[in-house]
Amino acid sequence: MSASPESERDLTRVVEPGVTAPAVTAHVSDLVLERRTPSWWWVGFGLSFGLFVLFLVAVGWLFIRGVGIWGIDWPIAWGFAIGNYVWWVGMASGGTLISALFFLTRSEWRSATSRIAETMTVFCVACAGIMPVIHLGRWWYFYWLFPYPNTMALWPQFRSPLHWDFVAILVYVAGSLLFWYVGLLPDLATLRDRARRRWQRVLYGLLALGWQGSSQHWRQFKMLYGLFAALMTPLVCSIHSIVGLDFAGGLTPGWHETQFPPYFVFGAALSGFAVVLMLVIPLRRALQLTGVITLRHIDVLARLMLTASLLLSYCYLIEIFMPFYRGEESEITVAMSLLGGYYAPWYWAKIVLNGIVPQILWVRAARLNRPLLFLVALGVVISMWIERYVIVVGSLHRNHSESSWFVFIPTVWDWATLAGSVGLFLTGFFLALRFIPMVSMFELRELLRKKQTEGGR
Amino acid sequence: MSVQRGTGHSLRGRLAAFDDPDAMLDALRRLRQAGFSRLEVYSPYAVEGVDELLDRRPRALPLIVVAAGLLGAVGGFLLQYWGMVLSYPLNIGGRPLNSWPAFGPSTFELAALTILLAGFLAFCKFCRLPRLYDPVFDAPGFELASQDRFLIWIAEREKRDDSELLQRLLPEGEGVRIDEVPA
Repeated sequence: MSASPESERDLTRVVEPGVTAPAVTAHVSDLVLERRTPSWWWVGFGLSFGLFVLFLVAVGWLFIRGVGIWGIDWPIAWGFAIGNYVWWVGMASGGTLISALFFLTRSEWRSATSRIAETMTVFCVACAGIMPVIHLGRWWYFYWLFPYPNTMALWPQFRSPLHWDFVAILVYVAGSLLFWYVGLLPDLATLRDRARRRWQRVLYGLLALGWQGSSQHWRQFKMLYGLFAALMTPLVCSIHSIVGLDFAGGLTPGWHETQFPPYFVFGAALSGFAVVLMLVIPLRRALQLTGVITLRHIDVLARLMLTASLLLSYCYLIEIFMPFYRGEESEITVAMSLLGGYYAPWYWAKIVLNGIVPQILWVRAARLNRPLLFLVALGVVISMWIERYVIVVGSLHRNHSESSWFVFIPTVWDWATLAGSVGLFLTGFFLALRFIPMVSMFELRELLRKKQTEGGR
Repeated sequence: MSVQRGTGHSLRGRLAAFDDPDAMLDALRRLRQAGFSRLEVYSPYAVEGVDELLDRRPRALPLIVVAAGLLGAVGGFLLQYWGMVLSYPLNIGGRPLNSWPAFGPSTFELAALTILLAGFLAFCKFCRLPRLYDPVFDAPGFELASQDRFLIWIAEREKRDDSELLQRLLPEGEGVRIDEVPA
């Protein structure tokens, strides 16, 4: 399944010539069923698991001592946890957009990358969902967010964007899990049928739910998958719009902006595409998938990242233009402090890494230079975190009243929670790499058949 | 004679295996023309044209999903209306209690949730999943239907011997294999 050198530069092929459906099935399922676990997996998993343990320690200590172990205080009551939440849920969106939006557009390049993207989404959403809960302080009362019958006859405040956000993240968790699992069913059945060891047969037999691949199954599957895709696309936009409204709903200078919902959707898309690129670039080599994840895929993802970067850059311009246009003093104070105050280095880092550096992707050679592309994507992912950090903390540290001006200093536990959540994500993703086919086999069979009947390659 | 299996289902018929989806479609067309109606196709991916030949369409699933979406939207809105207007009205500066624009986002999300859950449950129901064992799994070569083989299941017709007819319709040879599934 490796590409021949002369086809390396051809950007039109979504599948390299000579790749056949049985070969894809055999290769992708053998990665899970037969291959000895490679050493890079053990190293990666070990490091990730170490970070995950750090997460458990950080959250455990938080549960013992409370949110005072973080750097938050009044008026900066939202610190890392909320920034982390927005960051993780933003990256998750990339997977949903690739698998749902580009399913609706019938993009051929989607098939080979959708599984990696969706798996990424599932574990990003898991990291995102934890953050607001541990941020609650009295986290054991988190169920108060549900409208459950209680002796106090109280209700959650349905009018609050924060409650919309709770509903949205709940639905997004359910939606991305179901979308991922339904799309996995036929491939799990393939694994069940190819498995030789007993535990594999039992595991994949149970997970496949008894999928037969009958015409009845495929009919319902196609209908359901299309419906899910048509639902997940607006859903993911609604999630990030609501995340934006979490901020825009407040009167804090710098947050109270009508542009926030699309601003957050664009940022989410940018970080999402960047993470998918960071996963796809090493994995296509490590899993020998260069035959089905071609340079066309890399090129498309790079173009998408560039597009999202342009959209976001526009929002950055508006973000800094509006305070001066409106002339509201508190907003100008925040804007000036971003441009030249305590948080200016962070602010300029996000401008450079999200807005300026990705412009190199206009050059074709840069899009195809994978180490460079990886670094650009890494810069985007890091600076998307910085962006959320600046939005959360930058505005709060220059609130309306001068008496409450304050600088946020993160503690070691803030950093440990952030690094630990990366460990949680990577641990989950490495486990998925080991136990789940990383390419949608049935979609590639369909794609190869289409290519064949088109009479082309 | 048909033997009852563990699930209480019985099977009796033939399974024709094809290497090529076009050959399978061709055979399916001939079978339909010859009057066979209890047919089912097992394939590693959804082959275009099968549904038309079998004359089946997924009509119920979209309707269920639409109904669930409406139910979720109406129910979600009424829940918020009940809480904010009827059960615990809070007069804040004389603003209207039924602040319906603020109920919009949650209404949408709850409609999406019901669509997701109802869609998945309806899908399971129509596909009869989960169903970990089915007698058809015991048919020889069935495990290839999830990989690279295209199968047509031809249920035996009552009080008729189709073996000659089938031999004419589906001549065994390159890429075609017929297995009798006794029961």
